[in-house]
Order: sequence, then structure tokens, then C-alpha cells
Amino acid sequence: MPAPLVRSPVHLAVAIDGAGHYDAAHFTALARLAERGTLDFVTLGDSFARPGLDAPAVLARVAPATERIGLVPAVNTTHTEPFHVSSAIATLDWVSRGRAGWSPEVSTTETEARLFGRRPAANAADAWHEAGEVADVAARLWDSWEDDAEIRDESTGRFVDRDKLHHVDFEGRTFSVRGPAIVPRPPQGHPVTVIDATAARPRAAAVRHADVALVRTQDPLSARTTRQELRDRARAHGRDPERLRVLGSVPVELHTTADAVELAALIGDWHAQGAVDGFHLRPADPERDLGLLVGATVPVLQHRCLLRRFYPGATLREHLGLARPVNQYALTGGSPS
Amino acid sequence: MTEPKKHIHLAAHFPGVNNTTVWADPRSGSQIDFSSFEHLARTAERGTFDFFFLAEGLRLREHKGRIHDLDVVGRPESITLLNALAAVTDRLGLAATVNATFNEPYETARRFASLDHLSGGRAAWNVVTSPDAFTGENFRRGGYLDRGDRYSRAAEFVATARQLWDSWPPGGEPRPFAHHGRHFRVEGTFGVPRSPQGHPVVIQAGDSGEGREFAASCADVAFTRHGTLEAGRAFYADVKGRLAAYGREPGDLKIMPGVTFVLGDTAAEAQEKAAEIRHRQISPQNAILALEQVWGRDLSGYDPDGPLPDIDPDPESALAQGRVKIADPFATAAKWRALSEAKGLSIRQTVIENTGRQSFIGTPQTVAAELDAFVQGGAADGFILVPHLTPGGLDDFVDQVVPLLRERGAFRTEYGGSTLRSHLGLHTPA
Repeated sequence: MPAPLVRSPVHLAVAIDGAGHYDAAHFTALARLAERGTLDFVTLGDSFARPGLDAPAVLARVAPATERIGLVPAVNTTHTEPFHVSSAIATLDWVSRGRAGWSPEVSTTETEARLFGRRPAANAADAWHEAGEVADVAARLWDSWEDDAEIRDESTGRFVDRDKLHHVDFEGRTFSVRGPAIVPRPPQGHPVTVIDATAARPRAAAVRHADVALVRTQDPLSARTTRQELRDRARAHGRDPERLRVLGSVPVELHTTADAVELAALIGDWHAQGAVDGFHLRPADPERDLGLLVGATVPVLQHRCLLRRFYPGATLREHLGLARPVNQYALTGGSPS
Repeated sequence: MTEPKKHIHLAAHFPGVNNTTVWADPRSGSQIDFSSFEHLARTAERGTFDFFFLAEGLRLREHKGRIHDLDVVGRPESITLLNALAAVTDRLGLAATVNATFNEPYETARRFASLDHLSGGRAAWNVVTSPDAFTGENFRRGGYLDRGDRYSRAAEFVATARQLWDSWPPGGEPRPFAHHGRHFRVEGTFGVPRSPQGHPVVIQAGDSGEGREFAASCADVAFTRHGTLEAGRAFYADVKGRLAAYGREPGDLKIMPGVTFVLGDTAAEAQEKAAEIRHRQISPQNAILALEQVWGRDLSGYDPDGPLPDIDPDPESALAQGRVKIADPFATAAKWRALSEAKGLSIRQTVIENTGRQSFIGTPQTVAAELDAFVQGGAADGFILVPHLTPGGLDDFVDQVVPLLRERGAFRTEYGGSTLRSHLGLHTPA
């Protein structure tokens, strides 16, 4: 079955990566600019192997200084503790009032392995298998508190209903987690999982775990084929393909208003061909490019009714048109849809 | 000429997961919404406190094999939350508790260096260790470390983190680091340039011999609990006396007990409020639970308003999980029995008498005078205040006691510097 043609609006996200920046004001200004352009979310890359601040820390610092923009840090899953990762991202969702995502990534280099001295470098296949397990256990931990677990029942002296807290008892290849989480279920239920699905191994993780899959391509036809493949494979894993957004991840370099208008034309063209659900833009120079993007590309797209003019919702899931996930531990006899 | 008065250091603890919080009070708000943390942090900053302090949770407590359900539970991850608080405060220090047993030096050093950059030099790390395989079940390594290993790992952990922080000279390029020790074998290039404080402030909590030595060797602040002025003085003298062996001055380590407080318009009113708070903190169910934690037995058949059980504790019990074990349950049980018999106390009354921590109870004037006396009398350098209400539990203290401390010349009227090290009067590491 072919994928239905992509409907409006275009989802837009932007990478605010930039080496050599260590002050909060820099990142806050970029996120606010993206928010002025009503973009869905910003991403921030991370790696233990190069200079730069911890990405979840930066976006937590940005959260109270912004109102609506989604915040998606990259998170290494190879040298970190899955339990800590799930707690940090749930907390990002709490401090941003429902605007958190995360982009699980892996590390396969000896250089990074030696920074930790804990385990040898993994190959990509094993590392991505493990990243999928981390995404799985993170979702279980986020669900390990049902939404109404806190009861504050004075008559019985109980603060929580322990029947609504769940051990996750996860046994993976390389780690196990007993649970439940320390952090109550975050506002979005699950913060949004974004995976760069360009390469085969992360693609296998994306079709199982991603809410948003990024595909690096310059060609709308191949993007359309890839989107179809991702949706088919998601369906094969028992998922509803309507709950997976596929964004074309493209480098941009804008020097003039004419460049910005040209980008709008390109976005409109891909949209007309039903290639993707939207774009993840990777500016060469975020400070320069984002100004032109918001100042010129966005108004053209809005004028053509391809992009909203304001945020109708408050959470990142609402921006993306993704429902709040049903809790996997909640009894199905209840009311959730 | 008189000696200038020592200035009191004050910090605010967000009352998290425990039974100090009176969650049934109608003024008790959320323990998880960001607005609660913002309120308490802004209040502390209005009071020109040194820092805001968060504890850590790594596994929900269990009792009789079931998740403990009587007290406040559920909290955010500390460092992420403090980065967000850095956006809504300007000067307040931001202290996160992070375990040295279930983390790795490279990542932890990087996260604290990031917090220090993003807050403009306000980061602090409360280093704790974890005793049990129960908590380890949430982590890759699993995890039991015996007591000696826990502290040697923690000391090596802190030393390694400092080596990483020092691997970028101020304004310079990173130098490769290599640490090959008993617990860690790490090498490479650290990813974060030297942060505004050079080293985030290191806090140590714990009162054992190993803990005291650890504090003396490498902490900037020791977080303690001591019930009386005498006990506080003895601890203070002991720990400050250990600093010289490490080439440190007494002022290099600030000793700050965690304390609670209750304010009233009169002494009698404050005492009455304090009794009411203790009563609400120790519900009948909580009283039995506290007893079971000491006895290690199912005592659910006992009446909380009746006498203590005459059976012996079970020293092998695994009834309570995820809380520091009672070191000698027989001695504790004997002490509780003796008190109960001497004063004719019920189970609940006995628990109330035995589980309180250092409290300052009185009018704002007497509380200010007592706090000042502790500091001028060599029992503490300051206090970490633990309010019993979230998030407004510090409001009265800042409005009523802080102005009196300032009048006494014992507390700052405004921040002198912008970093936590400058609030605490600590050197910036070379």
C-alpha cells in the first residue's frame, strides 16, 4: 500500500549545533529565534569526543527562557547508564512543561571508550542494538508510574498508590534495569524520540522506537522511497505508521534573502511531491542562517499556507500532531483511547 | 578591638523524598512541577543564600518487598533541574547530589563543568556513595561495593574529575589527561574548557570515620547532622583538625549541618507548631513502619498508640530496602525501649522523640540568636535549612529571620560576588 500523500503543514526543525560556544546566552538566542519562526523543535548534537557542553544540560538551561519550542538533545547510549538517561530526559520534559525530545546516538570509537575506561569500543551493530534497548527501557521507565499514581490519600496515609507503580524488570544483552523510575511519568507521557535513520543500523532502531525519523538526502524521490520503507517497517513492528514523522535532514547555507526564498521553494516542491513530513535543517552557521530562515523562508511558507503562523498547542507532541502515548502498564479496561 | 563576626552560610534544601514533608498540609504543593523549584530557589536567592541543594534518588524504597507508599516520592533528576533553575536565578549556588558508585568520572565531570558554564560559576556537587546491591539493580554494573571500596572509589572519582577540570588551562588549549588508578583507567582529552569556578564546589555528606577523612581530604563543604551545640562543636573540631594533614587550612572546608526550623510569634506557639508538625510527619502508619525498620520484623499487628514490642530485632532482616541500614538494631531497640519506659511513651510517641533532627524552634529573634550562637561558638560555619513544606516552607524564614541575622551583622545583605566559591569564601583552584 503506498503511503498517503503528505498533508500540510510542513514540520520544521533546526539544528543549533555550533562548536566553540559555552555560554547560555548563545543557545537561548538561537532557540528563541527558532521559536519566533514557530518551528517544531531545535536539535543539539553531542559527543564525548569533541569539545562542547552536555546537550541535555544546554537545553534544560534554555527551557525556562522559551515558551513553545521543542528541545531535542542528542544523547549517547553507549557509555551512559540507561536509568540516568531516562531520568534526565523525563526531567527535561518536566522543566520544559512537555517540550522534550531526545535523539539516541551511539559511540563506536576507541577514543570515546578510553574516556570511560569501562568497556571496549563496540561495533555499530552491537551499539545500535543496545541503543534500541535503551529506548525501550526508557519508555518502560517513563510508563512505570501511571499518570494518577500520586493520590495523597490522608485517610489511609498513602502518598502514592503502589499498584500504579511498576517494576520494569528489563533484561537486555548488556544491562538490566529493575525500576520503577524515580521521576514520575513526564507531561508528554513519553518525550519525543528522534533518530537519524539514514544508515541501516539506526534505521532498524528508528522503525521500532522513533516518533520522528530523520533522513539525510538531497533527493525528493529517494526521500519518498525511504519514507515509504520506514512506514512499512514500522507497521510490520505493529506500529501505526501515522504515528511516525519522517523529516528530510538537509544542510542549508543562507547568505541572502534570495537564498532563503529559494529554500522555501525547495520545501514547497518536496511537499508537493509527498516526499517527507517536513524538514530538519542543518545550518552551516546557525546564527546567520537562522536569522534569514526565520526572517524570509518562514514568511514565504506561511504565506503559502505550508507552515502555521502560531503554535496551537503547548507540547512538542502537539506541534508534531502525535498523540500522548497510552501507558503500557495501565490496565486496558480504563478510559484511555 | 573586637574580632569581626563570622558570617553565617545558609543553603536551602528542597524537601524531597522523605517524611519531613507534611504532604497532607493544604499548603503543600507539587514536589515535581518546575514552579515549585522555582519558588523555593527564588526565595533562597531573595534571602541571599549561598546555595540551593537537591538530594538524589536512584531506587524507590521498598518495605516488606513492596514499594513504600506513605511518604513523598517522585522527583526530578538533579543536574537537569539545576540547569533549568540557572535560567531563573542569577547568583544562587546550585548543588546536585550525584552518586560516585553508579556514575563514571568523565561523564560526571563533564556534566558539572557544563552546569558551571551554563550558570556562570554556580555549580556544586554533593558526592555520595551507595551501599547496596538493591540500588545497583537499576545499573549496568549491578553493584555492590563494600564500605572501604565505596570511599576509595569516591575519593579517586573526585580526584579524577579534578584532573579533567584541570586539563584545560585558563584560556588555553586542552592537554591530554591520563589517570590509571585502582578504580578507574581513563585517558583522552576532556571536552569542556575550564569553567568559571575552575572546579565546581565539592560537598560531602556523611559522618563515619571514612566520611570525615574524605571531607577533610577533598571537600569544600561538609553536610552533617548534629543534634546539640556540644556534638556540633566536637564534630567541627575533629574535622577541622584533620585538614592540616592534607595541607589545608581550616577555612578551606565549610561545615554546614542540615537543620529544620519552626517559627512562632511566641516560644510557646512555636513549640506547639513543632509538636503538631512532628505529629503529622509521623502518622500511625509511619510509626509502625519506623519501628519495623529498626526491628526488621512485621509489626503490623501492634497498636501505634500502645507500648513497644518486647521481642528482639532480627539482625538478618531485609525488610527495608533502599535506606541506610540501622547499624546496631539491638542497641537502637534497647534505647527506644528505655526511653519509652522512662517517659511512658507509646510507639508513635517514641518514634516522634527519636527520629527528629536538629531543630531550631522559637520566635524569629530566638532562632536568629541560636543560629548565630552555633556559628560564633564553633559548632558550624552555617546551615542547610530543610523546610517541612513545599514550596513555601522557606518564605517565613527569609522574611522574618534573615533580616534579624543581617541586623546582628552575621549575614550578608547582598551577594559580594557572582560565583558560589565567592559566596562561600573559597579560593579558586590554581
